[in-house]
Amino acid sequence: MNGYGGKILRINLTTGQISKEPTPTHIAEKFLGGRGFGIYFLYTEVPRGADPLGPENKIIASPGPLSGTLAPGAGKMDFTTKSPLTGGYASASVGGHLTAELKYAGYDSIIIEGISPKPVYLYINDDEVELRDASDLWGKGSITVETELKKRLGEEFQIATIGPAGENLVKYACITHDFGRQAGRGGVGAVMGAKKLKAIAVHGTRDIPVADPQALLRLGTEAIKACKASEAFEVWVRYGTSGVTVWSNEVGAFPVRNFQAGALEDYSGLSGETMRQRIVITDKGCFGCPSPCGKYSYSKKYSIYVEGPEYETTALIGGDCVLTDIEDVAYANWLCDELGIDSISVGNVIAFAIECFEKGILTKEETEGLELRWGDPQVVFTLLEKIARREGIGDLLAEGVKHASQKLGENSEEFAIHVKGMEMSGYECHNAPAMLLSYMTCDVGAHHNRSWAITYDLQVGRDLVTDDKVDRVIYLQHVRPLFDCLGACRLQWVELSIDLGLYPPILKAITGIDRSWEDLMKISERVWNLTRMYWVREVEGFGREWDYPPPRFYKEPVTYGPTKGKRMEWDDIQRLLDTYYQKRGWDKNGIPTPEKLAELGLAEIVRIGV
Amino acid sequence: MAVYLHADSSKCSGCKACLVACSLAKFGVNNPKKARLAIIPKFPAPGIFEVKTCTNCGTCAEVCPVDAVKINEKGAYYIDPNECIACMACVKECPEQVIFTHPDYPVPFECDLCGACVEVCGPGVLWIE
Ligand code: SF4
Ligand code: SF4
Ligand code: SF4
Repeated sequence: MNGYGGKILRINLTTGQISKEPTPTHIAEKFLGGRGFGIYFLYTEVPRGADPLGPENKIIASPGPLSGTLAPGAGKMDFTTKSPLTGGYASASVGGHLTAELKYAGYDSIIIEGISPKPVYLYINDDEVELRDASDLWGKGSITVETELKKRLGEEFQIATIGPAGENLVKYACITHDFGRQAGRGGVGAVMGAKKLKAIAVHGTRDIPVADPQALLRLGTEAIKACKASEAFEVWVRYGTSGVTVWSNEVGAFPVRNFQAGALEDYSGLSGETMRQRIVITDKGCFGCPSPCGKYSYSKKYSIYVEGPEYETTALIGGDCVLTDIEDVAYANWLCDELGIDSISVGNVIAFAIECFEKGILTKEETEGLELRWGDPQVVFTLLEKIARREGIGDLLAEGVKHASQKLGENSEEFAIHVKGMEMSGYECHNAPAMLLSYMTCDVGAHHNRSWAITYDLQVGRDLVTDDKVDRVIYLQHVRPLFDCLGACRLQWVELSIDLGLYPPILKAITGIDRSWEDLMKISERVWNLTRMYWVREVEGFGREWDYPPPRFYKEPVTYGPTKGKRMEWDDIQRLLDTYYQKRGWDKNGIPTPEKLAELGLAEIVRIGV
Repeated sequence: MAVYLHADSSKCSGCKACLVACSLAKFGVNNPKKARLAIIPKFPAPGIFEVKTCTNCGTCAEVCPVDAVKINEKGAYYIDPNECIACMACVKECPEQVIFTHPDYPVPFECDLCGACVEVCGPGVLWIE
């Protein structure tokens, strides 16, 4: 099958059985790859009600048809699983070189099942697949393990690994790859930890079968040239996502003090400029990326090498916990990488804990004498370590803000910043209805990458609660996640504004199948609806209330920044949801209608997927 | 001075697009493991990508026992697969270690200055001069 590795690799950790199956053509047609494959296998193979940390849950790791080819940014791989953080659908994407390597080894998905009796790592060298003992790696940090495995196996091996947080089942533990890239969200690292799978090491030497190699060379080169010709190219490559920090502060979108404020008083220490001057040593791109957003840094203050910090980490650990020196954020970032923790979730968790401490909900006794304060790097570093090892207060915080607030009570649920149990990424949206709706309806919880609509709020007027905002959110929720099905990065389109029309011909050159952009959008909508049905299936009583934003956004006005005094109205939130459901063809409770499912060719899968 | 493929490693982001373009241009396949230049990441420290290209120094031609290394119209050395006896002397002696092999091919291969890599390099690491 052109564009695909051709095989699905199945690993049963309980029995040690390893098998290979041909990639089903009709699944490739219907779901493309990446997170499309992820939800298909999750829905059809993981039984209803499975314990996310039990043997029935699976991890499905999938590249897509563009992965590893000459398409711009062809380096994204998806990890899908049932989330231990939310109990619903989780899909975390990681850049770097893993996805390409897996395709060169000939695989379109690795499906990992069961639980190993002892720590192991998965070794893949083309056809040679083994589970190898990882007892000596257990307990070690992600960067340390990656370095060690490269030493043992060779530089050509691409490694994905978990750190102590994953081993200790921290609910938002991540998978780390390529010295600072993360499959960050939803606790995919905890699922690996529960399975006693320390790492995946892949090396492949095969060709990816391509329908028309000459056309791919020509069209791929053309698309890359379009990236280079973009007006935004130079600035984007210089700063990467750190270029967003100053903008975010200036428009009041920067989360500060657990999303109480929308800007920092002085953010100069966190700006992209400062970062570039003080710590960045090189640009670091994912596979096939002409516009590398990765900034690789060295902090003199802490003597550490770290990729980043990228915007999200700067927002949640910098802004939200009020660390204002980029080197402090860089060190916290390094700790997150080494310990294997999602920096977005943990930034929220720490900010939440500080606010609880401030309000007397958490006491010095509970924190073992640690005084939780805004702006204290030691507090952040100490809590990171405690969370990763589930020591003292870290044990509660390792559960995420939803669970922690339910346990702590005293109205702390009002300022637990999450949707569906997933902590919010770095855009303050008391006064950005489209962005808030993006968070509310995102398929994994309060995550920004499916729809980044805040620029639309700014463009058309942020106070407005209008239908076109809902349209925009839905449009973005189809385009952006589509890239995660294709196995490529969306940022060449988002940041460099290259023409979306460049992609279908490239995909055709690779797969030989002619698809219009509309055809692709339909696939994305199919995936979106199936992920929604996964929530419906797994979470009892799932519906409208699961889409509600944290009360802070409609109950408390912003305390500082250009949007000071603003908040959302409850009626507007309800109106946004009504319109959204109606436009999506869902009922008033946010459940896809049978007609919608039939239209998308999902009726059968939903019926048999128990 | 011979014309050759230059590289400014300090600008390289390690994306390997050059390797894919090379394999497509020279072998008509999508496979960076069949490229004629090398990107060597040095991580976690010191955090650089070392780009290895053929400098057209001619060592390969000198050591080849059967004169299978020839010069093309661009002035680049290349291995004529019809004459090569796969003794691997050139692979061993290349000071840049940029004569490559792959199990799919009986004979080694090296850069012939086609320039496909230059076109796809985002940060402008590569040039022929
Ligand atoms: S391949 Fe190596 S030996 Fe031959 S010319 Fe190039 S650098 Fe010199
Ligand atoms: S491998 Fe071929 S080209 Fe290289 S030295 Fe031997 S005969 Fe000459
Ligand atoms: S295309 Fe350029 S930036 Fe990418 S690996 Fe090759 S030389 Fe480095």
